[in-house]
Amino acid sequence: MIERDEQQAGMRHASDPRGEILPPPVRRIRVDGPPTVALPPQAEAVIDGDGLSATTMPGAGTMPARPQRGVAGRERMSLKTLSVFYGDNEAVKGVSLSIREGEVLALIGPSGCGKTTLLRTLNRLTELTPSARRAGVIRIDGTDVDDIEVTALRRRVSMVFQQPNPFPMSIFDNVAYALREQGAKRPSKKVLEPYVIEALGRAGLLDEVKDKLDHPALRLSGGQQQRLCIARALAAGPEVLLMDEPCSALDPKSTAVIEDLIVELRSSLAVVIVTHNLQQAYRVGDHVAFMYLGDLVEYGPTEQVFSAPKAERTRDYVRGSFG
Amino acid sequence: MLERLREPWTDRRAERVLGALACLVLLIIIFMIVFVALRAWPSFRENGLSWFSAKGNADVQMSRMVNSGANPTNADYQFGAWPLIFGTLLTTVFATVLGLVFSLLSAIFIVEFAPEGIRRLIVPVVRLLAAVPSVIYGLIGILVLTPFVGNHLISSGRKKSVEFVIQLSGTSLLVAVVILTIMITPIMIAITVDGLYAIPRAWKEGAVALGVNRWRAMWTVTVRAARPAIMAGAVLATARALGEAIMIAMVSGAKAFSPNPADGLTFIFEPMNTLAANIVQNSESINAPAMQATLYATALLLLVGGFALSLGSWIAKQPLKKYGTRA
Amino acid sequence: MATSTPPALPPLRPAGGAPPARKRRANESVSTWRWTDRIGYVLMWGAGLLVCAIGLSIVVYMMFRGLQYLRPSLIFSHPQAGLDQSKTGGFLDPLLGTILLTVLGITIAVPIAIGAATWIVEYGRPTWLARLVDSGIEIIAGTPDIVIALFGLVLFQQGIFGWMSFTAQGGAVFGRSFLTAGCMMSLIAMPMVFAATREGLQAIPGHVREASYALGKTKAATIRRVLLPSVKANISTGAALGMGRIAGDTAIVVVLLGATLTLDPEGGVPGLKVLKGTGGTLTSFVYNNSPAGEGNAPQKAYAAAFVLLLIVVALNFAVDLIARSGAKTGLETSRLGAK
Repeated sequence: MIERDEQQAGMRHASDPRGEILPPPVRRIRVDGPPTVALPPQAEAVIDGDGLSATTMPGAGTMPARPQRGVAGRERMSLKTLSVFYGDNEAVKGVSLSIREGEVLALIGPSGCGKTTLLRTLNRLTELTPSARRAGVIRIDGTDVDDIEVTALRRRVSMVFQQPNPFPMSIFDNVAYALREQGAKRPSKKVLEPYVIEALGRAGLLDEVKDKLDHPALRLSGGQQQRLCIARALAAGPEVLLMDEPCSALDPKSTAVIEDLIVELRSSLAVVIVTHNLQQAYRVGDHVAFMYLGDLVEYGPTEQVFSAPKAERTRDYVRGSFG
Repeated sequence: MLERLREPWTDRRAERVLGALACLVLLIIIFMIVFVALRAWPSFRENGLSWFSAKGNADVQMSRMVNSGANPTNADYQFGAWPLIFGTLLTTVFATVLGLVFSLLSAIFIVEFAPEGIRRLIVPVVRLLAAVPSVIYGLIGILVLTPFVGNHLISSGRKKSVEFVIQLSGTSLLVAVVILTIMITPIMIAITVDGLYAIPRAWKEGAVALGVNRWRAMWTVTVRAARPAIMAGAVLATARALGEAIMIAMVSGAKAFSPNPADGLTFIFEPMNTLAANIVQNSESINAPAMQATLYATALLLLVGGFALSLGSWIAKQPLKKYGTRA
Repeated sequence: MATSTPPALPPLRPAGGAPPARKRRANESVSTWRWTDRIGYVLMWGAGLLVCAIGLSIVVYMMFRGLQYLRPSLIFSHPQAGLDQSKTGGFLDPLLGTILLTVLGITIAVPIAIGAATWIVEYGRPTWLARLVDSGIEIIAGTPDIVIALFGLVLFQQGIFGWMSFTAQGGAVFGRSFLTAGCMMSLIAMPMVFAATREGLQAIPGHVREASYALGKTKAATIRRVLLPSVKANISTGAALGMGRIAGDTAIVVVLLGATLTLDPEGGVPGLKVLKGTGGTLTSFVYNNSPAGEGNAPQKAYAAAFVLLLIVVALNFAVDLIARSGAKTGLETSRLGAK
């Protein structure tokens, strides 16, 4: 153990080829002290008074109790052995799921596992890619999705994207867009106004933009733009809301606002959210589906998937061993 | 001095030299306006504002100028340019409107709806059409289209109906507008396609995800956002249509005649002439002072027209910048 | 602590064979659209196909006529004045005229354009001057070529420019020659070289310049040794486009070159006398031999037009080649893009 003495500071080092005088060390390095190591957290299940369980997440300590779980209503969409191919590459392999009204379904998994592809297939957006092919059945309210005209389907199943993409128009025009372009005749502004106000209210944006409806949408902040996109998606009165990592481009405060919004919205819609943020899935999701390389590895209620996952891979992912 | 050129240039010197080259451009424009205006002045001086009106047969006036030789009297300067101005307006406006519609539809086709094979064919074709010189368009016009129109499209009954006013022989407004449209459309297509590609795809995808069909999404979102680029293309094409001299000189009939809309459909079969084409046709006699002043006055009008176009497009772009479209 | 073994892979699914064929589904069928949308859709297809049809027919027709009338003797023999133009002479002189004028025009245009573009991108102070120069070049680009021709005439008929063309005994300057036409042609080509160079320089990322300054080079040296060589492809593209435009221009030739049949040299200095003299180019040859001019020999007009078209197409093809080879080094010029 070499301890460099302060008194040796300033003296020429014997083997120094330049023969210069080295400056004195800035601090003393104690290389023989005891090591201090951070201990890994112990996974504990703490039972709350309400009967809800709070689970610890890796590195986070004890989490607060989850908000009230959503009550699952009737089934809105169902997938049976859905497979999606991009050319010869099978991106989604035989997935069967159920999407119910009144609850939030969180799709989790590492990058490239096919969760975004699955989401985009739900409103047939993958058909925009020329090399995409689909096998299996998707049903909405019992009807095969292929039997419905695709624009009508997309009005019942709306989507919010990762990057907020409001149109370069005013806020009012953005929210009213879907309503204007749907019908055979363009409704007037007066007719549209109550719908726009209601959608903005449901998206929690109304108070902030109530008197600025004619302002350009692109001047809003990132969180506001994303809420505007949610309002725009809600304006057409969808039955299912698909969200593709809606908060990944936003700051924590906006994220919290949008997560509260999702919890509010689930009572009237079925929500499917794709997220790579495990904590967010835990906070927001009622059912969780874990996907890995195109396969649906595990599907179940949130508490069960996070605290007692059935598959070993799920356990490893949820603990943060990979991802 | 050669030594000073060989030693490494200082930044100051380089900046001054390059700046001088850049300012040469400005000098050229200033000289252009001044010199053209100077030579145009006699014609405006003798005619005043009536230069712009219809003062009788412009062809007769111009041949008088040629015959007046080196010492024209004031009367020789008389000129009423309205038939030429009218011809220019007709061809430019028709060609630009037709070309705009045509090019916008084609651009949307290329960007969104064309199958891959057709797209690979149409892109080089458009580029080729944009590069073809105007004299070749004129050649095709006068050797192919004009006889076709004269022999097959204009019935003898029609010719009889305007016999006392003008001869209909195929060289006409119709041929001029058709070929002019074909000439300016490729440029507009190229600029519009670039403009449409510059719009983020996320916007169109968002619109499609809302349940709007692809055509509608394209039209109401992407095309709407690309309006500044479309306008820039339209201005460029209009400027080209305005200044097109050779092709029109070859196909239009070289008669300073104002086609009469009251003639009904015959109107498009009547010959006409434009300001630019007129300059080319009379350029051999440009040494006669009266003709020279008139031609330069015409050129000045074209120059001012071009300026007005650029200014107008700049003004029209301002309100579009408000909502965040790429201007 | 750390996981011991990597997670087990799922059982290998039997290869399902080729992905399923697209089954018939209620796709975006046009019949569900509003009627305005449907009309627009049909018109759009019509416009696209019409563009293809017109373009192809023009190309095919010109090739057909050109090959029908073009003989090698035409290219290599001088035009001869004669009563029956369709029998006598070829268009060697106009061809030489085109080449000479193009080379002259682009040689004058390129230094000015590169200088102006470099000044605007690298220096550009004061800003109002830079914006003025930018607008100025746009104005020049938008000016009709006939107006530029008339301007050239009045400019080069001034006494100081008497050396550029034929000057009569009384001091009247003719003003028409290859030199004067070449100068005005450079105005035609300059905006293209300027735009291409400016795009290229603006595309060079800032760290390239910073690296050069960090090595101690002056700005002038950086421009000369680092920046300009890397935009060679852009400059070449712009120059090729400019040359194409010069080769195809007729109005300036008719006004400023005299549009004669043969090259008429002026003066006694070999070399310079051709430049000071008048002549014609392929474009004026086509114009003169068409029914609009005096020659009335449409066969020669077609032949000359065909050669002209070949030259212009070759120049544009060169643009593509340069752009593609330039793209390998990371520089892209977008003319309808390689999309």
